[in-house]
Amino acid sequence: MIALIDYHAGNLTSVKKALVAVGAQVFVPAAPEDLSDAAAMIVPGVGHFHATRALDARWRDAILASVQAGRPLLGICLGMQWLYESSEESPELRGAGLLPGRCVRLRPMPEAAMLKVPHVGWNSLSLRRTDGWIADGVPDESQVYFTHSYAAPVTGDAMAITVHGEPFAAIVERGITAGVQFHPEKSGEIGLQILRNFVRRAA
Amino acid sequence: MLSKRIIACLDVRDGQVVKGVNFEGLRNAGEPAALARRYNSEGIDELIILDITATLEARRALADTIRAVARELFIPLAVGGGVRSEADAEAAVDAGADKVSLNTAALANPELITTLATRYGSQAVIVAIDAKREGDRFAVYARSGKAAANRDAVDWAREAEARGAGEILLTSIDRDGTKAGFDCPMTAAVSSAVSIPLIASGGAGGLDHFADVFTVGRADAALAASIFHFAETSVRALKEHLRRCNIPVRL
Repeated sequence: MIALIDYHAGNLTSVKKALVAVGAQVFVPAAPEDLSDAAAMIVPGVGHFHATRALDARWRDAILASVQAGRPLLGICLGMQWLYESSEESPELRGAGLLPGRCVRLRPMPEAAMLKVPHVGWNSLSLRRTDGWIADGVPDESQVYFTHSYAAPVTGDAMAITVHGEPFAAIVERGITAGVQFHPEKSGEIGLQILRNFVRRAA
Repeated sequence: MLSKRIIACLDVRDGQVVKGVNFEGLRNAGEPAALARRYNSEGIDELIILDITATLEARRALADTIRAVARELFIPLAVGGGVRSEADAEAAVDAGADKVSLNTAALANPELITTLATRYGSQAVIVAIDAKREGDRFAVYARSGKAAANRDAVDWAREAEARGAGEILLTSIDRDGTKAGFDCPMTAAVSSAVSIPLIASGGAGGLDHFADVFTVGRADAALAASIFHFAETSVRALKEHLRRCNIPVRL
């Protein structure tokens, strides 16, 4: 069973539907203690980083303990940003700190005046590493669906980057913790492949 | 590079697509899920279901339609046409819509934009603007183009963004159904005035019209319904044409 963590940052219907489509069993834990029943965890979410305040110390500790115990974790969009130490969108909050770095607002360069923020739509992935598991079977230059204004920096954890004015981390992985800035549940077959990779890792 | 999006519009009445749909080899052409499947296999980037009925029975049928389309599609799905309240939006989202499109309801009650943006996030809220040229301004109309809203499209788009809208869907009333091309100057004026994406609609009649609206019109996405019903203008053929014009698309 995969725990889909609901902290009221967006609707979980699409993510749940996509996970079921790739053969996963999903439950929404009511309390941090329920994570002990999970084989793996997904932190989805969309919107303002401030919403992650609902992932309070109890949730945070339970999630970190589960990762420590060997249960894979996937962060999607805002959920991926939460994996980092912090975000400039809500500097007073701290993230899970599983990945080093701070999320920042996308800043399209002035000469690229036609680039808008938020970054909404299909954009391409440039694979940086092929030694991991989350992007297994994802071809270079695959297109996936984004909708966000803040993003994680390109560090050694980046499996794939995307460029919108400047490059940012699109797929990240460190041990059994992974994150995707785009929405795999809305990215057609490529998105389902990533969810399949996660579900396989969780088994 | 961010791709320009091609969005297919399904006008639905009582659970059936009503705008002259005659795909070759698609027997039950009026069935939204079958049409959605076809568009998806051709590489459509996004779908919007527009409810063109208003009865309560039709509303329940709409939820079934949304569920049927959402069940097998893993691309963004928007719903509009009948979204007048938070409850309508909730019904659409619960059935599987990723975004709701507000038009007349947003003009009558702009607070609804903020309410929905707070609840579901700005990415889930499209404000649809129907506008026509009057002198040198772009006059906004409500109620399917029937009622003057006494607003300018550029100002209204800016206000919608400030209130939390995540995208603007701009339809040219002058061009709608004419196949004479998008109103590129109007599209460019509104797109340049906001930082959220602009979806252009109304007037698509040929492949070059899309190339124009993405360059001259500065649109981020383009919406069409009837053009895809011609067998020679599949979504794929359109995207291949756009790529030859050096416009980034997802193929």
